[in-house]
Amino acid sequence: MNSATVRNLLVRGMLAGLGAGVLALIVAYFLGEPNVDSAIGFEESHAAGHEHHEVELVSRGLQSTAGLATGVLIYGVAFGGIAALAFCFALGRVGRFGPRATALLLSGTALLAVYVVPFLKYPANPPAVGDADTIGKRTTLYFLMMVLGVLLAVAAVILGKRLAPRLGTWNATVAAVLGFVLAVGVAYAFLPAVNEVPGDFPAALLWRFRLSALAMQVTLWAGFGLVFGELAERLLHPRPAAVSAGTAVAAPR
Amino acid sequence: MAQHVAQPTTDTPVVPAKLPLKDIAPWAVFFGVLMLVLLYFVGAEQGATAVVSGEDVHEWVHDARHLLGFPCH
Repeated sequence: MNSATVRNLLVRGMLAGLGAGVLALIVAYFLGEPNVDSAIGFEESHAAGHEHHEVELVSRGLQSTAGLATGVLIYGVAFGGIAALAFCFALGRVGRFGPRATALLLSGTALLAVYVVPFLKYPANPPAVGDADTIGKRTTLYFLMMVLGVLLAVAAVILGKRLAPRLGTWNATVAAVLGFVLAVGVAYAFLPAVNEVPGDFPAALLWRFRLSALAMQVTLWAGFGLVFGELAERLLHPRPAAVSAGTAVAAPR
Repeated sequence: MAQHVAQPTTDTPVVPAKLPLKDIAPWAVFFGVLMLVLLYFVGAEQGATAVVSGEDVHEWVHDARHLLGFPCH
């Protein structure tokens, strides 16, 4: 019975992730793509004998539409699934929150842990920024930062739970968040910096690109938290009186 | 707030029951790994490392990779 609940939540998480991915895709297409195009324009006007532009394997038209959609939607589904599994674990364990509040809190924490924490140290870069020779190092650092963000967030939650009986919920939460910020700050201080922005790359373009990348993630996670929270609420607390038309998902109890 | 015992007013959300870990674990292991593989293909395949040879995967998700914040090239 419980296993079926986990499966149902997982499926809903992936669907909510897909839906949130569509929202993020809209932001990506309208806010992000113009900046990618400008950056590619810069790259081409400065192409002084650098590789990888002789043969175009995938046209720009496809990259900015179908390719973009593939990437963003898979990202949404994958993180939706992972977040749903985390939700199964968090539900009833992090505090006195119902399914919707748990989903939104989880979503906000996920945005912070898997995106904002890595982003502040290793922000998103448009085409033309970044040395091809250091891709291995940059990828390692980026994924390391994501893993670190998640581990530290989990550690902060555990710390908060441990401190709560002694300090009270409010103070324990403040202490746990402070601990998280401190640990992230230490990681920032010790991990190597990456700055491979060409000297003459337009600063305004870089800012707009990074802002649009951030907007995508905020859209994705806010959308996921709200949609998944609603779906989880209906699954776990079906309200027979409110919806009699049979749209409510009847969960086996 | 913290010290209050849950009041059974009509509006109080019911604290959801915990799902047992043994029910979550099989799903988490199998789908967790599957989801991470998907993320790997969107975020890093044919960039730093490659399972499939060529540049097609990299080129296809090129814009998504840049905008999602992954190092692309």
